[in-house]
Amino acid sequence: MSTTASTAAEAGASDRTGASRRSGTFYRGDPGMWSWVMHRITGVLTFFFLFVHVLDTALVRVSPNAYDEVIETYKSPVVNLLEVGLVGAVLYHALNGIRVILVDFWSKGAKYQRPMLWAIIGVWVVVMIPGTYFMLERTVSELFGGGH
Amino acid sequence: MTVTPEALSLDKPRSPRRPAARRSNFELYSWVFMRISGLLLVVLVLGHLFIMNILDGGVHRINFAFVAGRWSSPFWQTWDLLMLWLAQLHGGNGLRVIIDDYARRDSTRFWLKMLLYVAMAVILVLGTLVIFTFDPDIPAS
Ligand code: HEM
Ligand code: HEM
Repeated sequence: MSTTASTAAEAGASDRTGASRRSGTFYRGDPGMWSWVMHRITGVLTFFFLFVHVLDTALVRVSPNAYDEVIETYKSPVVNLLEVGLVGAVLYHALNGIRVILVDFWSKGAKYQRPMLWAIIGVWVVVMIPGTYFMLERTVSELFGGGH
Repeated sequence: MTVTPEALSLDKPRSPRRPAARRSNFELYSWVFMRISGLLLVVLVLGHLFIMNILDGGVHRINFAFVAGRWSSPFWQTWDLLMLWLAQLHGGNGLRVIIDDYARRDSTRFWLKMLLYVAMAVILVLGTLVIFTFDPDIPAS
């Protein structure tokens, strides 16, 4: 509607007169936009994984051997690494989802959306370091340490 | 900057060309659903990932017997059933919005959504059946 267009025109004018692009009018290129892009990508990725995951779990209705065979692939080094990626993606989506919900419902949410982004990135790193260690420990020791 | 009255040409509230009142609150409900299901999925999915990938041996201990042990308990059956339905509806609804965002032609949009709905129905029915008809004594091969 024309109200939106005039706001954009005003924003454009203030940008040209030298006001900072970081002043909050522009969303494009802002960390807030990238957090949304990542939220979208991780959500779609998880959805596709779930599709395959329900199909492979359904093999328990075919036979124990069929299920055990497909689960063996989950234990191979390459797939094991992909699982770390999946866990990282789901964890980011979950943390950022909580952030989005807080922005919507918490009275100070919008004000703190930026610090909350740094906070969830911090939590993500703190969880993923030990998480990656425990997920890959056995694979790595079998590959390089002869295994036990 | 000067804003002329023409620049703010909002329709007057009772102007005759005003579109008919919305008949459906679907988008509102779907917005609320995304948030409620998201909060429940935090516990369900992160809990699932922790149990499957980190707890005693992680993925290396998973096999048919492991699943049989878990699904002998109504607690984990309910957990998995809830997780299946919430994740599928939440993710499917998210994908519906994404299709609306990126599909340019109406026919593309229509067929992508049909594909999505069929995939969701297949996964929901199959996943639900698998939980309810699970048989620990099924022949080994
Ligand atoms: C690499 C990571 C994962 C592993 C190793 C894994 C493992 C398993 C296993 C062994 C089962 C069998 C049932 C049970 O023991 O409870 C199962 C079922 C299930 N998982 Fe996962 N899972 C993973 C990731 C996920 C994710 C990210 C989601 C959600 C988006 C998910 C959703 C489900 C659902 C809905 C079921 C029930 C399937 C059915 O109804 O047939 N899983 N998973
Ligand atoms: C783990 C807990 C989760 C939380 C807290 C969460 C939270 C959210 C929220 C709040 C939204 C709405 C974003 C908005 O309206 O801008 C959303 C969107 C979405 N979620 Fe989740 N979610 C979770 C798990 C999942 C899972 C398991 C899947 C996949 C099966 C998934 C797939 C999606 C998709 C595809 C979207 C749409 C993204 C978009 O429109 O940009 N989410 N999530």
